[in-house]
Amino acid sequence: MDSELIRVIAFLVGIIAFAALNAAYLVWLERKGAAHIQRRIGPKEVGPFGLLQPMVDGIKLMTKQILIPDGVDPVLFRLAPILAMVPAIMSFVTIPFSETLVARNINVGLLMIFAFASVNVLALLLGGWASNNKYAVISAARAVSQNIAYEIPMLITVITMVMITGTLNLNEIVAQQPNISQWYIFRFSASPLMPVAFLIFFICSLAETNRAPFDLGEAESELVAGFHTEYSSMGFGLFFMGEYANIVIGCSLAVVLFLGGWQDPFGLYPGVWWFLLKLYLLIFTVIWIRWTFPRTQFYGLLNLSWKILIPVSMFNLLLTAGFLKVF
Amino acid sequence: MGAYFKEIFTGFWSLLVGMSITIREMTKPVVTEQYPYEASVMTSRFRGHIELVPNEEGGNKCIVCGMCMRSCPSACITVEGEKREGIKGKALTRYRLDFTRCSLCGMCVESCRPGAIRFSKDYNLAGTKKAAYIFDLLKRLEEQNK
Repeated sequence: MDSELIRVIAFLVGIIAFAALNAAYLVWLERKGAAHIQRRIGPKEVGPFGLLQPMVDGIKLMTKQILIPDGVDPVLFRLAPILAMVPAIMSFVTIPFSETLVARNINVGLLMIFAFASVNVLALLLGGWASNNKYAVISAARAVSQNIAYEIPMLITVITMVMITGTLNLNEIVAQQPNISQWYIFRFSASPLMPVAFLIFFICSLAETNRAPFDLGEAESELVAGFHTEYSSMGFGLFFMGEYANIVIGCSLAVVLFLGGWQDPFGLYPGVWWFLLKLYLLIFTVIWIRWTFPRTQFYGLLNLSWKILIPVSMFNLLLTAGFLKVF
Repeated sequence: MGAYFKEIFTGFWSLLVGMSITIREMTKPVVTEQYPYEASVMTSRFRGHIELVPNEEGGNKCIVCGMCMRSCPSACITVEGEKREGIKGKALTRYRLDFTRCSLCGMCVESCRPGAIRFSKDYNLAGTKKAAYIFDLLKRLEEQNK
Protein backbone atom coordinates (compact mmCIF):
# COMPACT_ATOMS: atom_id res chain seq x y z
CA MET A 1 0.00 0.00 0.00
CA ASP A 2 1.40 3.40 -0.78
CA SER A 3 2.14 5.72 2.10
CA GLU A 4 -0.30 8.43 1.00
CA LEU A 5 -3.26 6.05 1.39
CA ILE A 6 -2.06 4.98 4.84
CA ARG A 7 -1.70 8.63 5.78
CA VAL A 8 -5.26 9.40 4.67
CA ILE A 9 -6.71 6.44 6.59
CA ALA A 10 -4.67 7.24 9.71
CA PHE A 11 -5.85 10.84 9.73
CA LEU A 12 -9.44 9.85 8.98
CA VAL A 13 -9.56 7.43 11.91
CA GLY A 14 -7.61 9.82 14.14
CA ILE A 15 -9.84 12.81 13.43
CA ILE A 16 -13.08 10.88 13.90
CA ALA A 17 -11.76 9.38 17.14
CA PHE A 18 -10.59 12.80 18.34
CA ALA A 19 -13.95 14.41 17.54
CA ALA A 20 -16.00 11.61 19.11
CA LEU A 21 -13.85 11.33 22.24
CA ASN A 22 -13.90 15.10 22.66
CA ALA A 23 -17.67 15.16 22.31
CA ALA A 24 -18.02 12.40 24.89
CA TYR A 25 -15.56 13.72 27.43
CA LEU A 26 -16.49 17.37 27.04
CA VAL A 27 -19.97 16.35 28.19
CA TRP A 28 -18.31 14.81 31.24
CA LEU A 29 -16.18 17.95 31.76
CA GLU A 30 -19.25 20.14 31.32
CA ARG A 31 -21.23 18.18 33.90
CA LYS A 32 -18.30 18.17 36.34
CA GLY A 33 -17.63 21.87 35.78
CA ALA A 34 -21.29 22.75 36.23
CA ALA A 35 -21.46 20.64 39.37
CA HIS A 36 -18.43 22.20 41.04
CA ILE A 37 -19.48 25.74 40.10
CA GLN A 38 -22.77 24.94 41.86
CA ARG A 39 -20.79 23.20 44.64
CA ARG A 40 -22.01 19.71 43.80
CA ILE A 41 -19.96 16.66 42.81
CA GLY A 42 -21.51 15.74 39.47
CA PRO A 43 -21.20 12.31 37.85
CA LYS A 44 -19.48 9.96 40.29
CA GLU A 45 -21.18 6.58 40.17
CA VAL A 46 -19.97 5.04 36.89
CA GLY A 47 -16.24 4.41 37.14
CA PRO A 48 -13.75 6.49 39.13
CA PHE A 49 -14.87 10.16 39.15
CA GLY A 50 -17.69 9.13 36.82
CA LEU A 51 -15.19 8.74 33.98
CA LEU A 52 -17.14 5.90 32.34
CA GLN A 53 -20.35 7.96 32.30
CA PRO A 54 -19.91 9.21 28.68
CA MET A 55 -19.39 5.62 27.49
CA VAL A 56 -22.55 4.47 29.24
CA ASP A 57 -24.49 7.43 27.87
CA GLY A 58 -23.20 6.62 24.39
CA ILE A 59 -24.29 2.98 24.65
CA LYS A 60 -27.69 4.11 25.90
CA LEU A 61 -28.15 6.49 22.96
CA MET A 62 -27.04 3.88 20.43
CA THR A 63 -29.38 1.19 21.71
CA LYS A 64 -32.46 3.39 21.71
CA GLN A 65 -34.98 3.36 18.88
CA ILE A 66 -34.81 6.04 16.19
CA LEU A 67 -38.36 7.35 16.13
CA ILE A 68 -39.51 9.00 12.90
CA PRO A 69 -42.78 10.79 13.72
CA ASP A 70 -45.65 11.08 11.24
CA GLY A 71 -45.64 14.17 9.04
CA VAL A 72 -41.89 14.80 9.04
CA ASP A 73 -39.96 15.25 5.83
CA PRO A 74 -38.48 11.73 5.53
CA VAL A 75 -35.27 12.65 3.73
CA LEU A 76 -34.37 15.92 5.41
CA PHE A 77 -35.26 14.60 8.85
CA ARG A 78 -32.66 11.85 8.48
CA LEU A 79 -30.15 14.11 6.70
CA ALA A 80 -30.04 16.93 9.27
CA PRO A 81 -28.13 15.14 12.09
CA ILE A 82 -25.53 13.95 9.57
CA LEU A 83 -25.19 17.49 8.24
CA ALA A 84 -24.59 18.67 11.81
CA MET A 85 -21.74 16.24 12.40
CA VAL A 86 -19.95 15.90 9.05
CA PRO A 87 -18.90 19.57 8.54
CA ALA A 88 -17.54 19.66 12.07
CA ILE A 89 -15.35 16.65 11.34
CA MET A 90 -14.37 18.05 7.93
CA SER A 91 -13.14 21.25 9.56
CA PHE A 92 -10.58 19.27 11.56
CA VAL A 93 -8.78 18.48 8.30
CA THR A 94 -6.97 21.82 8.17
CA ILE A 95 -6.47 22.45 11.91
CA PRO A 96 -2.69 22.31 12.57
CA PHE A 97 -2.25 20.37 15.82
CA SER A 98 1.50 20.77 15.48
CA GLU A 99 3.96 21.75 12.76
CA THR A 100 3.66 18.34 11.07
CA LEU A 101 0.44 16.98 12.57
CA VAL A 102 -2.07 18.35 10.11
CA ALA A 103 -4.19 16.22 7.80
CA ARG A 104 -4.09 18.59 4.81
CA ASN A 105 -2.04 21.75 4.94
CA ILE A 106 -4.00 23.58 2.25
CA ASN A 107 -3.52 27.25 1.40
CA VAL A 108 -7.16 28.23 1.96
CA GLY A 109 -7.58 26.40 5.29
CA LEU A 110 -9.22 29.32 7.05
CA LEU A 111 -11.68 29.81 4.21
CA MET A 112 -12.49 26.09 4.17
CA ILE A 113 -13.33 26.04 7.87
CA PHE A 114 -15.72 28.97 7.50
CA ALA A 115 -17.32 27.37 4.46
CA PHE A 116 -18.02 24.20 6.43
CA ALA A 117 -19.00 26.05 9.61
CA SER A 118 -21.85 27.72 7.75
CA VAL A 119 -23.24 24.28 6.78
CA ASN A 120 -23.87 23.70 10.47
CA VAL A 121 -26.57 26.40 10.41
CA LEU A 122 -28.16 24.63 7.47
CA ALA A 123 -28.32 21.45 9.57
CA LEU A 124 -30.17 23.24 12.35
CA LEU A 125 -32.53 24.84 9.84
CA LEU A 126 -33.27 21.54 8.08
CA GLY A 127 -33.64 19.65 11.35
CA GLY A 128 -36.09 22.23 12.68
CA TRP A 129 -38.06 22.56 9.47
CA ALA A 130 -38.25 18.83 8.69
CA SER A 131 -39.50 18.04 12.19
CA ASN A 132 -42.97 19.47 11.49
CA ASN A 133 -43.05 20.84 15.01
CA LYS A 134 -43.79 24.43 16.00
CA TYR A 135 -41.03 24.59 18.62
CA ALA A 136 -38.49 23.19 16.19
CA VAL A 137 -39.44 25.73 13.49
CA ILE A 138 -39.20 28.67 15.90
CA SER A 139 -35.86 27.37 17.09
CA ALA A 140 -34.56 26.96 13.54
CA ALA A 141 -35.63 30.54 12.67
CA ARG A 142 -33.85 31.83 15.75
CA ALA A 143 -30.69 29.85 15.01
CA VAL A 144 -30.53 31.22 11.47
CA SER A 145 -31.06 34.88 12.36
CA GLN A 146 -28.58 34.53 15.20
CA ASN A 147 -25.97 32.96 12.95
CA ILE A 148 -26.41 35.63 10.28
CA ALA A 149 -25.99 38.34 12.91
CA TYR A 150 -22.83 36.82 14.37
CA GLU A 151 -21.21 35.65 11.13
CA ILE A 152 -20.67 39.32 10.15
CA PRO A 153 -18.49 40.52 13.06
CA MET A 154 -16.68 37.17 13.05
CA LEU A 155 -15.80 37.40 9.37
CA ILE A 156 -14.82 41.08 9.68
CA THR A 157 -12.44 40.09 12.48
CA VAL A 158 -11.08 37.26 10.35
CA ILE A 159 -10.58 39.68 7.42
CA THR A 160 -8.62 41.90 9.81
CA MET A 161 -6.49 38.89 10.75
CA VAL A 162 -5.92 37.93 7.13
CA MET A 163 -4.84 41.50 6.32
CA ILE A 164 -2.20 41.21 9.06
CA THR A 165 -1.05 37.66 8.38
CA GLY A 166 -1.23 37.88 4.60
CA THR A 167 -2.16 34.20 4.32
CA LEU A 168 -5.11 31.84 4.75
CA ASN A 169 -2.83 28.91 5.53
CA LEU A 170 -3.31 28.09 9.21
CA ASN A 171 0.15 26.54 9.63
CA GLU A 172 1.82 29.67 8.29
CA ILE A 173 -0.32 31.83 10.60
CA VAL A 174 0.96 29.82 13.58
CA ALA A 175 4.53 29.98 12.31
CA GLN A 176 4.30 33.79 12.41
CA GLN A 177 3.74 33.73 16.20
CA PRO A 178 6.90 32.08 17.66
CA ASN A 179 6.63 33.54 21.19
CA ILE A 180 4.17 35.26 23.46
CA SER A 181 5.03 38.83 22.45
CA GLN A 182 4.33 37.92 18.82
CA TRP A 183 1.02 36.17 19.44
CA TYR A 184 -1.59 38.04 17.48
CA ILE A 185 -3.64 38.77 20.59
CA PHE A 186 -0.70 40.95 21.80
CA ARG A 187 0.49 42.21 18.37
CA PHE A 188 -0.12 45.88 19.16
CA SER A 189 2.03 47.01 16.24
CA ALA A 190 -0.67 45.71 13.89
CA SER A 191 -3.58 47.26 15.78
CA PRO A 192 -3.97 48.47 19.38
CA LEU A 193 -7.33 46.70 19.46
CA MET A 194 -6.03 43.12 19.02
CA PRO A 195 -7.28 41.85 22.44
CA VAL A 196 -10.68 43.32 21.53
CA ALA A 197 -10.55 41.49 18.21
CA PHE A 198 -9.87 38.25 20.10
CA LEU A 199 -12.84 38.92 22.39
CA ILE A 200 -15.11 39.61 19.44
CA PHE A 201 -13.96 36.41 17.75
CA PHE A 202 -14.51 34.41 20.94
CA ILE A 203 -17.99 35.85 21.61
CA CYS A 204 -18.98 35.22 17.99
CA SER A 205 -17.75 31.64 18.12
CA LEU A 206 -19.88 31.13 21.24
CA ALA A 207 -22.89 32.47 19.38
CA GLU A 208 -22.10 30.51 16.22
CA THR A 209 -22.01 27.23 18.14
CA ASN A 210 -25.28 28.14 19.90
CA ARG A 211 -23.68 27.98 23.32
CA ALA A 212 -24.99 29.65 26.47
CA PRO A 213 -25.61 32.52 27.02
CA PHE A 214 -26.60 32.55 23.32
CA ASP A 215 -28.38 29.17 23.24
CA LEU A 216 -31.73 30.62 22.21
CA GLY A 217 -32.12 27.87 19.65
CA GLU A 218 -32.63 25.30 22.37
CA ALA A 219 -34.09 27.50 25.11
CA GLU A 220 -35.65 24.60 26.99
CA SER A 221 -37.96 26.77 29.07
CA GLU A 222 -39.67 28.07 25.91
CA LEU A 223 -38.99 25.61 23.10
CA VAL A 224 -38.78 22.20 24.85
CA ALA A 225 -35.49 21.27 23.16
CA GLY A 226 -35.53 23.49 20.07
CA PHE A 227 -34.56 22.01 16.74
CA HIS A 228 -33.88 18.53 18.15
CA THR A 229 -37.24 18.18 19.93
CA GLU A 230 -38.36 15.33 17.66
CA TYR A 231 -35.03 13.52 17.52
CA SER A 232 -34.32 10.45 19.60
CA SER A 233 -31.42 8.04 19.88
CA MET A 234 -28.34 8.83 17.77
CA GLY A 235 -30.25 11.47 15.79
CA PHE A 236 -30.12 13.54 18.93
CA GLY A 237 -26.69 12.11 19.70
CA LEU A 238 -25.25 13.42 16.42
CA PHE A 239 -26.65 16.91 17.01
CA PHE A 240 -25.09 16.81 20.46
CA MET A 241 -21.72 15.56 19.21
CA GLY A 242 -21.82 18.12 16.41
CA GLU A 243 -22.31 20.90 18.94
CA TYR A 244 -19.29 19.83 20.97
CA ALA A 245 -17.17 19.24 17.86
CA ASN A 246 -18.04 22.78 16.78
CA ILE A 247 -16.92 24.14 20.14
CA VAL A 248 -13.59 22.37 19.64
CA ILE A 249 -13.31 23.85 16.12
CA GLY A 250 -14.16 27.37 17.32
CA CYS A 251 -11.65 27.22 20.17
CA SER A 252 -8.99 25.67 17.89
CA LEU A 253 -9.41 28.56 15.46
CA ALA A 254 -9.12 31.08 18.29
CA VAL A 255 -5.93 29.33 19.44
CA VAL A 256 -4.49 29.25 15.93
CA LEU A 257 -5.36 32.84 15.01
CA PHE A 258 -4.63 34.62 18.27
CA LEU A 259 -2.80 32.41 20.78
CA GLY A 260 0.06 31.01 18.74
CA GLY A 261 -1.31 27.52 18.03
CA TRP A 262 1.31 24.87 18.77
CA GLN A 263 3.98 27.45 19.60
CA ASP A 264 5.45 27.63 23.09
CA PRO A 265 4.92 31.06 24.80
CA PHE A 266 8.69 31.29 25.34
CA GLY A 267 9.75 29.70 22.06
CA LEU A 268 11.30 26.63 23.73
CA TYR A 269 9.43 23.38 23.14
CA PRO A 270 6.72 23.96 20.54
CA GLY A 271 4.47 21.00 19.93
CA VAL A 272 1.04 19.46 20.02
CA TRP A 273 0.89 19.64 23.85
CA TRP A 274 0.89 23.44 23.76
CA PHE A 275 -1.93 23.41 21.25
CA LEU A 276 -4.00 21.05 23.41
CA LEU A 277 -3.25 23.00 26.59
CA LYS A 278 -4.44 26.28 25.08
CA LEU A 279 -7.38 24.54 23.42
CA TYR A 280 -8.66 23.00 26.65
CA LEU A 281 -8.15 26.23 28.59
CA LEU A 282 -10.39 27.99 26.08
CA ILE A 283 -12.94 25.16 26.17
CA PHE A 284 -12.99 25.36 29.94
CA THR A 285 -13.69 29.08 29.60
CA VAL A 286 -16.63 28.24 27.34
CA ILE A 287 -18.03 25.90 29.99
CA TRP A 288 -17.30 28.43 32.73
CA ILE A 289 -19.22 31.10 30.78
CA ARG A 290 -22.16 28.77 30.27
CA TRP A 291 -22.57 28.14 33.98
CA THR A 292 -22.10 31.78 34.95
CA PHE A 293 -24.49 33.72 32.74
CA PRO A 294 -28.21 33.32 32.21
CA ARG A 295 -29.58 33.04 28.67
CA THR A 296 -29.95 36.40 26.90
CA GLN A 297 -33.20 37.56 25.41
CA PHE A 298 -33.45 37.60 21.65
CA TYR A 299 -33.35 41.36 21.18
CA GLY A 300 -30.40 41.54 23.59
CA LEU A 301 -28.59 39.03 21.43
CA LEU A 302 -29.20 40.93 18.20
CA ASN A 303 -28.48 44.32 19.84
CA LEU A 304 -25.10 43.03 21.02
CA SER A 305 -24.20 42.01 17.51
CA TRP A 306 -25.56 44.93 15.47
CA LYS A 307 -24.91 47.76 17.93
CA ILE A 308 -21.60 46.74 19.51
CA LEU A 309 -19.72 43.88 17.83
CA ILE A 310 -20.20 44.94 14.20
CA PRO A 311 -19.29 48.67 14.70
CA VAL A 312 -16.29 47.78 16.87
CA SER A 313 -15.01 45.15 14.46
CA MET A 314 -15.50 47.55 11.53
CA PHE A 315 -13.56 50.22 13.41
CA ASN A 316 -10.82 47.69 14.14
CA LEU A 317 -10.70 46.78 10.43
CA LEU A 318 -10.20 50.44 9.44
CA LEU A 319 -7.66 51.00 12.22
CA THR A 320 -5.68 47.93 11.18
CA ALA A 321 -5.73 49.02 7.56
CA GLY A 322 -4.41 52.42 8.63
CA PHE A 323 -1.68 50.90 10.81
CA LEU A 324 -0.58 48.53 8.06
CA LYS A 325 -0.38 51.41 5.56
CA VAL A 326 1.47 53.84 7.86
CA PHE A 327 3.94 51.51 9.63
CA MET B 1 -21.57 58.61 22.61
CA GLY B 2 -20.00 58.62 26.06
CA ALA B 3 -22.94 56.71 27.48
CA TYR B 4 -22.52 54.08 24.73
CA PHE B 5 -18.92 53.33 25.72
CA LYS B 6 -19.72 53.56 29.42
CA GLU B 7 -22.44 50.94 28.97
CA ILE B 8 -20.04 48.63 27.13
CA PHE B 9 -17.36 48.92 29.81
CA THR B 10 -19.67 48.62 32.82
CA GLY B 11 -21.47 45.72 31.15
CA PHE B 12 -18.22 43.93 30.37
CA TRP B 13 -16.93 44.59 33.88
CA SER B 14 -20.08 43.09 35.40
CA LEU B 15 -19.55 39.95 33.28
CA LEU B 16 -15.99 39.64 34.62
CA VAL B 17 -17.27 40.07 38.19
CA GLY B 18 -19.78 37.28 37.61
CA MET B 19 -17.12 34.97 36.22
CA SER B 20 -14.79 35.69 39.15
CA ILE B 21 -17.59 34.71 41.54
CA THR B 22 -18.26 31.38 39.85
CA ILE B 23 -14.57 30.44 39.66
CA ARG B 24 -14.19 31.18 43.38
CA GLU B 25 -17.25 29.07 44.17
CA MET B 26 -15.72 26.26 42.12
CA THR B 27 -12.68 26.04 44.40
CA LYS B 28 -14.78 25.79 47.56
CA PRO B 29 -15.77 22.39 49.00
CA VAL B 30 -19.02 20.80 47.87
CA VAL B 31 -22.07 21.29 50.07
CA THR B 32 -24.32 18.51 48.84
CA GLU B 33 -24.93 15.38 50.88
CA GLN B 34 -24.27 12.01 49.24
CA TYR B 35 -27.57 10.63 50.52
CA PRO B 36 -27.49 6.84 50.30
CA TYR B 37 -23.86 6.87 51.51
CA GLU B 38 -24.30 9.42 54.27
CA ALA B 39 -27.51 10.09 56.17
CA SER B 40 -28.31 13.55 57.37
CA VAL B 41 -28.74 14.42 61.07
CA MET B 42 -32.30 15.60 61.64
CA THR B 43 -32.85 18.87 63.43
CA SER B 44 -33.99 18.78 67.05
CA ARG B 45 -37.50 19.93 66.17
CA PHE B 46 -38.03 17.45 63.32
CA ARG B 47 -41.32 15.55 63.70
CA GLY B 48 -41.21 11.91 62.66
CA HIS B 49 -43.88 9.50 63.90
CA ILE B 50 -44.02 9.18 67.69
CA GLU B 51 -41.92 6.65 69.60
CA LEU B 52 -41.66 5.48 73.20
CA VAL B 53 -38.94 7.04 75.33
CA PRO B 54 -36.72 4.37 76.92
CA ASN B 55 -36.08 4.62 80.67
CA GLU B 56 -32.76 3.74 82.37
CA GLU B 57 -33.38 -0.01 82.23
CA GLY B 58 -34.42 0.11 78.58
CA GLY B 59 -38.09 -0.28 79.40
CA ASN B 60 -40.81 2.30 78.79
CA LYS B 61 -42.16 5.09 81.01
CA CYS B 62 -45.81 4.57 80.03
CA ILE B 63 -48.39 4.33 82.83
CA VAL B 64 -51.27 3.43 80.46
CA CYS B 65 -53.32 6.45 81.48
CA GLY B 66 -54.73 6.68 77.94
CA MET B 67 -54.37 10.47 77.66
CA CYS B 68 -52.60 10.18 74.30
CA MET B 69 -55.36 7.95 72.99
CA ARG B 70 -58.04 10.41 74.08
CA SER B 71 -56.20 13.56 72.92
CA CYS B 72 -55.53 12.23 69.41
CA PRO B 73 -57.88 14.02 66.99
CA SER B 74 -57.51 11.30 64.36
CA ALA B 75 -57.75 8.40 66.77
CA CYS B 76 -54.58 6.75 65.55
CA ILE B 77 -53.37 5.55 68.94
CA THR B 78 -54.51 2.41 70.77
CA VAL B 79 -52.93 1.70 74.16
CA GLU B 80 -53.44 -1.55 76.04
CA GLY B 81 -52.11 -2.43 79.48
CA GLU B 82 -52.50 -4.95 82.29
CA LYS B 83 -52.07 -5.06 86.03
CA ARG B 84 -48.86 -6.76 87.13
CA GLU B 85 -47.42 -7.81 90.48
CA GLY B 86 -45.00 -5.31 92.03
CA ILE B 87 -45.82 -2.48 89.64
CA LYS B 88 -47.80 0.52 90.67
CA GLY B 89 -50.51 1.29 88.08
CA LYS B 90 -50.66 -0.62 84.82
CA ALA B 91 -47.91 -2.02 82.56
CA LEU B 92 -47.98 -1.40 78.84
CA THR B 93 -48.67 -4.48 76.69
CA ARG B 94 -49.33 -2.95 73.31
CA TYR B 95 -48.93 0.54 71.80
CA ARG B 96 -50.46 0.63 68.33
CA LEU B 97 -49.92 3.69 66.10
CA ASP B 98 -51.79 4.02 62.80
CA PHE B 99 -49.38 6.36 61.02
CA THR B 100 -51.56 6.47 57.87
CA ARG B 101 -53.96 8.82 59.67
CA CYS B 102 -51.50 10.72 61.88
CA SER B 103 -51.05 14.41 61.07
CA LEU B 104 -48.09 14.89 63.43
CA CYS B 105 -50.00 17.50 65.44
CA GLY B 106 -48.21 16.50 68.65
CA MET B 107 -51.22 16.56 70.97
CA CYS B 108 -50.25 13.12 72.30
CA VAL B 109 -46.70 14.22 73.11
CA GLU B 110 -48.01 17.35 74.85
CA SER B 111 -50.62 15.47 76.86
CA CYS B 112 -48.28 12.72 78.10
CA ARG B 113 -47.57 13.53 81.76
CA PRO B 114 -44.77 11.00 82.42
CA GLY B 115 -43.02 12.03 79.17
CA ALA B 116 -43.20 8.53 77.75
CA ILE B 117 -43.55 9.48 74.08
CA ARG B 118 -41.63 11.80 71.79
CA PHE B 119 -41.19 12.45 68.10
CA SER B 120 -38.75 10.08 66.43
CA LYS B 121 -36.19 11.19 63.83
CA ASP B 122 -37.26 8.45 61.46
CA TYR B 123 -37.56 9.87 57.92
CA ASN B 124 -36.73 6.80 55.85
CA LEU B 125 -40.25 5.42 55.57
CA ALA B 126 -41.34 3.55 52.47
CA GLY B 127 -43.79 0.72 51.93
CA THR B 128 -46.19 -0.85 49.47
CA LYS B 129 -48.95 -1.82 51.90
CA LYS B 130 -51.02 0.12 54.40
CA ALA B 131 -50.01 -2.35 57.10
CA ALA B 132 -46.41 -1.14 56.80
CA TYR B 133 -47.48 2.09 58.51
CA ILE B 134 -49.31 0.54 61.43
CA PHE B 135 -46.61 0.31 64.07
CA ASP B 136 -46.45 -1.46 67.40
CA LEU B 137 -44.26 1.01 69.26
CA LEU B 138 -43.58 -1.35 72.17
CA LYS B 139 -42.13 -3.96 69.80
CA ARG B 140 -40.15 -1.21 68.07
CA LEU B 141 -38.65 -0.16 71.40
CA GLU B 142 -37.76 -3.76 72.24
CA GLU B 143 -36.10 -4.19 68.85
CA GLN B 144 -34.10 -0.99 69.39
CA ASN B 145 -32.90 -2.32 72.75
CA LYS B 146 -31.52 -5.51 71.18
